[in-house]
Amino acid sequence: MRPQPLDRKFLTPGVIVLLLLAANGLAWLAGRFLFGIGAVTNLNNQYPWGIWIGIDVAAGVALAAGGFTTAALGHVMHREAYHVVVRPALLTAMLGYTMVAVGVSIDIGRYYYIWHPLIMWNGSSALFEVGMCVMIYMTVLYIEFLPIVTERFIGRVNLPGPLAGLNAPVDRLLRLLDRTLDRTMFVFIIMGVVLSTLHQSSLGTLMIIAGPKMHPLWQTPILPLLFLLSAVAVGFPMVIFESLIASRSFGLKPEMPVLGRLGRMVVPLLGIYLAFKLGDLFIREAFVHLKTVTVESVMYVVEILFGIVVPLRMFMTRSVQKSPLLLFVAAALVVGGVLLNRINNFVVAYTPPYATEAYFPSIGEISVTVGFIAILVLLYRVIVLNFPVIGLPDRTLMPASKYSVRG
Amino acid sequence: MKSPSRRSFLKAGTAITAAAAGLTPRVAQAGPANILSPDRLGVLVDTTVCIGCRNCEWACKIAHDMPTPPLETYEDAAPMQEMRRPDETALTVVNKYDHPARPDLPTTVKVQCMHCDHPACVSACIVGAISKQADGAVLWDTDMCIGCRYCMVACPFQIPAFEYHKAIQPRIMKCDFCTDRRKEGKLPGCVEACPVEALTFGPREELVRVARDKIRRNPDRYLDHIYGEREVGGTSWMYLADRKFEELAFPKLAQDPAPGVSESIQHGIFAYFVPPVSLYALLGAVMWTTRHKHDDEVELL
Repeated sequence: MRPQPLDRKFLTPGVIVLLLLAANGLAWLAGRFLFGIGAVTNLNNQYPWGIWIGIDVAAGVALAAGGFTTAALGHVMHREAYHVVVRPALLTAMLGYTMVAVGVSIDIGRYYYIWHPLIMWNGSSALFEVGMCVMIYMTVLYIEFLPIVTERFIGRVNLPGPLAGLNAPVDRLLRLLDRTLDRTMFVFIIMGVVLSTLHQSSLGTLMIIAGPKMHPLWQTPILPLLFLLSAVAVGFPMVIFESLIASRSFGLKPEMPVLGRLGRMVVPLLGIYLAFKLGDLFIREAFVHLKTVTVESVMYVVEILFGIVVPLRMFMTRSVQKSPLLLFVAAALVVGGVLLNRINNFVVAYTPPYATEAYFPSIGEISVTVGFIAILVLLYRVIVLNFPVIGLPDRTLMPASKYSVRG
Repeated sequence: MKSPSRRSFLKAGTAITAAAAGLTPRVAQAGPANILSPDRLGVLVDTTVCIGCRNCEWACKIAHDMPTPPLETYEDAAPMQEMRRPDETALTVVNKYDHPARPDLPTTVKVQCMHCDHPACVSACIVGAISKQADGAVLWDTDMCIGCRYCMVACPFQIPAFEYHKAIQPRIMKCDFCTDRRKEGKLPGCVEACPVEALTFGPREELVRVARDKIRRNPDRYLDHIYGEREVGGTSWMYLADRKFEELAFPKLAQDPAPGVSESIQHGIFAYFVPPVSLYALLGAVMWTTRHKHDDEVELL
């Protein structure tokens, strides 16, 4: 069965909770715009970056990796069976990157200059590359999502009142757009994958310049590689995580065969990441820092053990691949592990030479971050209720690939 | 922190990363390569001469039109009881360190932007708002800055400060080497104000010779180390002391330019756009060759 808008009520008790969290976040955000970043956050000259960068931006980009990993699997490698998860993953990535862009804008002191990197270039800056790639990739994601919009409205254009006369021209325009996209989409799909590998890794390069200000458990010249490997490894777990939540929330049957297979594919990806992470730890002899119990050493062990080792072992087990609950737990552990890794890299590992106090996010910072995530979930719900994103499970009627290389 | 083994690993790591991107690493070209003039200026701070009068703090605020308490209030040494850092209200501060051998004569150290020869902030700045000038100064441009604070993350000396409590046009605040005053032919405010000539202003190369000379003639008075001569590839501000610089809260830094590895990785990944374009071609080829594949592989597990 083709993906279709879900026929559900928007308001549920859970949605009301999310709306409250979103409102709380926006209220704190208003404080930031009225009185400055210092009024709402615990950031200072010692700790210039906090969770708005660590979670909203760095983890946001990493957890949107389901978009490019499923695009690579479904569209580039033409594994048609996985198409059922491509659209939800695309939607998550699109919303995730939108949150990243908004997150960056509110964290920078002069949000109204956000466009400066477009015309003021510094090729040696890792942040410049991240910024440009994220901007272009976000555009690509919106383009990739356009066919879902045209599919929703073609043949169903129904403008209100006096605009009704425009129904036919708009419909023709949509059909033209759809045909053009159909022919050119492969360009954008490959572009999306390339851009993702570039900025996922460059996010890792970001902290290298902090040099000795970053704790040696995380500071390594292969940070870009580790960031890329972890992004690739977290892509499918994020898709599983989100698909199982959506099935539960909308009362659908979980896509178990597809998700189980995805879970099995996580094993080598997560294994390679673990190998590089541990290899790096031993080659640099940074493991000496694990001998003492500090915030850093505990966070590092938690990240490796519960974020990689335990879920890796779980994904290797057939019973886990078949059980929605266990599969969910394993996926959630990987997602949590990568989230923790980004927080560790950007916040926990950052130890300025003249720190007089430790950084811990303020209520305002946490509220804004939680509010953003709530808004993200709400938008996801609005979109899947109104656009054909989620396919109802029916394996015999798998839709054929819409986009392929012509020739 | 950076032992020889760590350094060699840094190189190995760069090679691994670059190899992963499918090419050999290029030598790091930290900072704008040819902007460093041999006549660039600097200041030599002799901490054995400094008496901790804090007149430089006062003069700095005057020179930058910042709210300034009267000079008399600076005679109070109480603020030096605690360790201070330059911030958005004071671009330079003087800190006091008790001397183990002579309790009555503590060492006092003026702190401000070091004006690195290969500045990490310049390399990091997303829009290139910070630049190394031919005369040695590292300057920040308010018209470009977006307030991302990556320069603060990058700075090995933890110098740039940010106006966190301004909602509109918050600035990055740091020593600007009194560029405006120098254009008028004046000395930097702090140098002019110092009553004991602990600060020597002049061409950096000259200052290195002066410092070497001082050390050679007074080997008992000075530690044989000019801090800033080689640290992070050299800085415009340099220091002399009679004891280890770590005891005076100077960060122990390697001699590689601060942005080093970061830039070689960045340039490696983007070498003439070869890696991204190759990846694009590779993915295109995969897409083409698998286009007729219609698998029905999701068999029941």
